[in-house]
Amino acid sequence: MTYFGDPAIWLPWTFAALMGLSILIYVILDGFDLGVGLLMPLADEQEKDRLVASIGPFWDANETWLVLAIGLLLVAFPPAHGIILTSLYLPVFIMLVGLILRGVSFEFRAKAPLSQKKRWNAAFFAGSLMASMSQGFMLGMYVMGLTWTLSHVAFALLTAVFLTVGYSFIGAAWLIAKTEGALQTRAVGWAKGGIWGLILGIGAISVATPFVSPRIFDKWFSLPEFLYLSPMPILSGALVLYLFWRIHKLPQVGDKTAWSPFAAAMALFALAFTGMAYSFYPYVVPEQITIYDAAAAPESLFIILIGTLFVLPAILGYTALSYYIFRGKATELRYD
Amino acid sequence: MDTLLLSRIQFGANISFHILFPTITIALGWMLLFFKLRFSVTGERKWMDAYMFWVKIFALSFAMGVVSGITMSFQFGTNWPGFMETVGNVAGPLLAYEVITAFFLEAVFLGIMLFGASRVKPWVHTLATFLVAFGTTMSAFWIIVLNSWMHTPQGYELRDGVVFATDWWAIVFNPSMPYRLIHMLLASGLTVAFLIAGISALRLLWGDRAESVKTTLRVGIVAAAGLIPLQILAGDFHGLNTLEHQPAKVAAMEGNWETGPNIPLVLFAIPDEEARENRFEIGIPNGASLILKHKADGVVPGLNDFVAEDGTPLHPRVAPVFFSFRIMVATGMAMLALSWAGLYLLRRYGAGAMPDVPLYAFAAMSFSGWIATLAGWYTTEIGRQPWLVQGVLSTKDAVSDVPSGMVLSTLIGYLVIYAVLIVAYIGVITYLARKASRGEPLSSRVYPRGGEAEVAALHAGE
Repeated sequence: MTYFGDPAIWLPWTFAALMGLSILIYVILDGFDLGVGLLMPLADEQEKDRLVASIGPFWDANETWLVLAIGLLLVAFPPAHGIILTSLYLPVFIMLVGLILRGVSFEFRAKAPLSQKKRWNAAFFAGSLMASMSQGFMLGMYVMGLTWTLSHVAFALLTAVFLTVGYSFIGAAWLIAKTEGALQTRAVGWAKGGIWGLILGIGAISVATPFVSPRIFDKWFSLPEFLYLSPMPILSGALVLYLFWRIHKLPQVGDKTAWSPFAAAMALFALAFTGMAYSFYPYVVPEQITIYDAAAAPESLFIILIGTLFVLPAILGYTALSYYIFRGKATELRYD
Repeated sequence: MDTLLLSRIQFGANISFHILFPTITIALGWMLLFFKLRFSVTGERKWMDAYMFWVKIFALSFAMGVVSGITMSFQFGTNWPGFMETVGNVAGPLLAYEVITAFFLEAVFLGIMLFGASRVKPWVHTLATFLVAFGTTMSAFWIIVLNSWMHTPQGYELRDGVVFATDWWAIVFNPSMPYRLIHMLLASGLTVAFLIAGISALRLLWGDRAESVKTTLRVGIVAAAGLIPLQILAGDFHGLNTLEHQPAKVAAMEGNWETGPNIPLVLFAIPDEEARENRFEIGIPNGASLILKHKADGVVPGLNDFVAEDGTPLHPRVAPVFFSFRIMVATGMAMLALSWAGLYLLRRYGAGAMPDVPLYAFAAMSFSGWIATLAGWYTTEIGRQPWLVQGVLSTKDAVSDVPSGMVLSTLIGYLVIYAVLIVAYIGVITYLARKASRGEPLSSRVYPRGGEAEVAALHAGE
């Protein structure tokens, strides 16, 4: 292990990176699942089935990235795990209830008697809403340093709304890619509204984060860092403009660019997330505990890392296989 | 009530709700693979009909298991931060391996198994079914390893009150792991055997004459009759293992207060922890000594050995362990009697002409596996108290300092949701059974067998 220098330095860093990657993948993948769930009330009865069909084969695996992310926080940074989750006790509860409702409604709406379908559709929407809102709320609280003051809660409620609308955007972008005809046209309309959540959400966090601590302010606004970092906001701005232009031209004849809003939305999420990670590094509990203070024993982390290096490529491989098998426009979900 | 007790109830409620569904999916995954393979070999439509009916219940159970499992991964942090802070170096890697080797495997291939039949080659679909079953079993393996380590920890050292792993082989293959794993996998097999037999019996009672129903009744009864003696044997071995490593738990299970020879097997009693004696005791002389030591004058440990100088008990609360153990054993005995009677009736009448009374009995026992599994887990988990990790970390030292009102209100929230979902779950299973009994086709597709492009369409029930 000496080849890589001090394992007490590079192991926590590696695990923070893995955890960050898992959170980012989760936010994008379950983001579009939850987004599609949020759009349910806007769709008519037949479209609802198609909405669910577009995410049916994927949602379970998508949600597993959350388990991996929280698992990595749990195993790699045990004290931080306790502090973060106990201070977010209530929003975590709401998110879990939301995820429970969303997950089981998938099955119940298709298997319960038809007379109950409306109710399970409503539960599917409510679950998606609870999960999105609480995740946005937790994001806001995290940015504000996990302390419950009135202004922090107000800010977190704002990010809750923005993230929810942002999820509905990436959900609409997914539907543009996975549907056709009238439903696709409607999805374009939903994307036109949803994009504002993305813009306001990223904007609010970008503006607020530097003012939470002078340390973060200096990381962004001192020279020469400011110059090195300037491509990030510029690129984000360009992506937003591109998205605006793109969704106002859709749907296109021949459906050639149906994937472009989703791809651009992924890039935007990734940029925003990288910016946040840069702001908070090296802290895992904002301004309190660094990843180096919170890390578990190097021996234990090393054991996990070895397994991860072998298994992660396989996971990515068969995940890609699944998306390949279910490529193209979403069709009716059938077991046979 | 205080945060500790409420947190225990909350975690107990969540884990009780959760375990119901893996208990079904672990064995049902293998059962579905069996149905598929039988279809590949025989080409008989009934096997595919059986697959198509039970895969729906599998999908539903799987979703219930996934969402309730996610709840628990968060509750380690929200309710029991001391657990990971103290033993995170051991628990962490085990949980991580569960996620990376099992969760992703089952979650990704579940999509292909459920919705991919028309999109991939038959062998790929069979492989996906296998990988889902394998993934659920791997998941069970890792979680049982961690749970068993909490009962019989080894392969670690304490530095400044924190556990550090020293020998991973010893941690994974800790003394109670093989017993607990086999006991749990057999429990899953029995749960599914009785569920399949019970729902098939229900469909026969509703007048369903489909070949697939008779077949699944037979499969369910034969599996139950074959597994239950193995389970009783495995349970006995597990009990002897517990006697060696956690004698206080065995003393509570037996309801035995004083260490000594010639201890009776207590069939019924009301343990009185104030007076430290049993009331209304009915027992078989020398029974406990015979079971645990295999001789009439074998010395069996008593609860009074596990009391501190100042009188605080170092053993679990007796009544819950004592009664849940008896519920588990009684359910097991009922399973033995019914499944063997069922086997006899199968030989005598065949699955299609089984009399109504045993069919009602099987229908009534559809979810008996749940009762036995829960009772068994209560026995072993409450039996570990006051420890969270035996001899290393006590439960009260691991609990979070979240206000009790918060824990109570979220507990009520969870309980309400779980109650609604359990009712909906059982309701949908019986609804699906009734729908199938009315002869509504499970599928309109002609299934290709492995290696064949087409097979002659044999529509069941037509």
